[in-house]
Amino acid sequence: MTAITGSAWAPGLGYRIRWGVSDTLALTKRSLLVWYRVPAFIFFSVIQPVIFVLLFRFVFGGAIPVTTPGGYVNFLMPGIIAQTAAFATFGTAIVLAQELKKGTIDRLKSMPIARSAVLTGRLTADTIRMFVTILIMVAVGYAVGFRFLNGFGPAVAMVVLATVFGVAIACISAFTGLAIGDEEAVQSFGLIWLFPLTFVSSAFVPIATMPGWLQAFANHNPVTFVVNAMRAMALGGQLEPILWPNLWRSIIWLVGIFVVFVPLAVRAYRRAS
Amino acid sequence: MSQFNGAGEQPAILVEGLTKSFGKVHALRGIDLSVPQGTVLGVLGPNGAGKTTAVRILTTLLLPDGGRAVVEGHDVVREAAAVRRSIGLAGQSAAIQEELTGRENLEIIGRLYHLSRPETRRRAAELLEQFGLADAADRTAKTYSGGMQRRLDLAASLVGRPRVLFLDEPTTGLDPRARLGMWDIIRSLVAEGTTLLLTTQYLDEADELANEIVVIDHGLVIAAGTSEELKNRVGGDVIEFTVPDRSRVADAVAAIKPIGEGEPHADPETGVVGVGVGSRGSDALIEAVRALDAAEIASHGLALRRPSLDDVFLTLTGHGAEDEQPNGRRRGSRGRRRADDTDTARTAS
Repeated sequence: MTAITGSAWAPGLGYRIRWGVSDTLALTKRSLLVWYRVPAFIFFSVIQPVIFVLLFRFVFGGAIPVTTPGGYVNFLMPGIIAQTAAFATFGTAIVLAQELKKGTIDRLKSMPIARSAVLTGRLTADTIRMFVTILIMVAVGYAVGFRFLNGFGPAVAMVVLATVFGVAIACISAFTGLAIGDEEAVQSFGLIWLFPLTFVSSAFVPIATMPGWLQAFANHNPVTFVVNAMRAMALGGQLEPILWPNLWRSIIWLVGIFVVFVPLAVRAYRRAS
Repeated sequence: MSQFNGAGEQPAILVEGLTKSFGKVHALRGIDLSVPQGTVLGVLGPNGAGKTTAVRILTTLLLPDGGRAVVEGHDVVREAAAVRRSIGLAGQSAAIQEELTGRENLEIIGRLYHLSRPETRRRAAELLEQFGLADAADRTAKTYSGGMQRRLDLAASLVGRPRVLFLDEPTTGLDPRARLGMWDIIRSLVAEGTTLLLTTQYLDEADELANEIVVIDHGLVIAAGTSEELKNRVGGDVIEFTVPDRSRVADAVAAIKPIGEGEPHADPETGVVGVGVGSRGSDALIEAVRALDAAEIASHGLALRRPSLDDVFLTLTGHGAEDEQPNGRRRGSRGRRRADDTDTARTAS
């Protein structure tokens, strides 16, 4: 019986990086195949933000006064896209908790694969899913009257910022999924932090309409910076001056989230059993 | 198999004084094991005995508190990566992604073992063929029966051609027929020279598959030997029956004591009385009927059966295999299931 084993076998750094990438891609493919087989997963992760778009555009929108060029729909869409990216990470946390419980993560850990691959594979697949969801939301926005007013480049930049923001939130979700390790608990916990974080921000209403104590939170909420920057990218014009102050604050926040939560997620993965 | 046991050859698995605690729970309290190359060790014990903890340490998923474990010459703590390249782990269908086909599942594992694309395809097809899944290869695993999912899971653990295979309760929850199918496959792997460590709750399974058996209880090895040796300690086959009139249980014990080769055991609550009768089988059965009749004790369900894990535990520890189960419901269901277990054992042997 031949075996692909050997004690004197210590791969160099180059090989390790190559295999890390190849293992990540194999696990990414696994997730993408699942969504290809069961498109309902994607469908249901789009349905909720679409309902929010319709609700805010046609039900609440008329009562929310904004000075944004193009009216409330243009104010709304960057906010809802950022929220969609954040909510997409519910899936990250839930799937990791499921795989932990079922023993899939154990099995993968007992195989000679890159130690990082389970996490990077999950995040890569979820980033692709998130990106597709964001594009669908842009299309939905166009159908209900949203328009990019600032040209193609800044529009792409807005989509990129939303995606990077989503990946940062996904790192937090990955940590919670692995640390809590129970699908239902993870889902409830996700609601507890993701709802206030995305709603108490500039995503849906101008912060000035909130009571003072809530403004204090909203004004320092990273979601506010990200959404303001996205809005400025999408619409330009009178919003141009708010771009940089919000963008650099967003970048600092996102870097901070990565610096804190990537090691936490890795640690939770190592300890998970 | 003997060609693997040359003088001086290192054992495939060597465990010395392994300990592990979770808080106040001592899961392993100093376990020693040695598994020669190409042989099968059956690790037998009830839920919570420490079987799974031992497997998790040997497969590098858990760090031990003390002691030493070496797999294929590699220390599981210091050379974990080398250990992972030598082993396969299978058991409870955990590697299977149900939304993917059997073939896709194996091909992704192949890519994770860094086989080339053509080699991945070849290996997947080969394993699907070998495990009787060729016809179902392109159906999603969700449509597979429990037995097929276990076989696919086992196939997944073999993609990298491991020299040492760990099977954690590979047939728990399978119906008798699927269980027999699994046993055939496991036997064929052993014939190819794979070293196997198998954990199970079923004595007949260890009996069928293992060269050596260790019995674990409360984190300690309480018995080791071949299945013959263990069964002799139990007293071979067992006669068992229920006395509906609980007040006569003691009389029943006295009546059958001369027939048995060991002390009869009785449960005053359920009225179940059992005794080991060695290899005298049906002769002993007739004697038991006569003895009970002579003593005018009514009984039902009188039957001869192979010794079970419960019997081994009763003999070795004085308590049943599931007596310490915190989950009362499961303990109850085991009692009710006893008759089915007996049937399974007969079909299997």
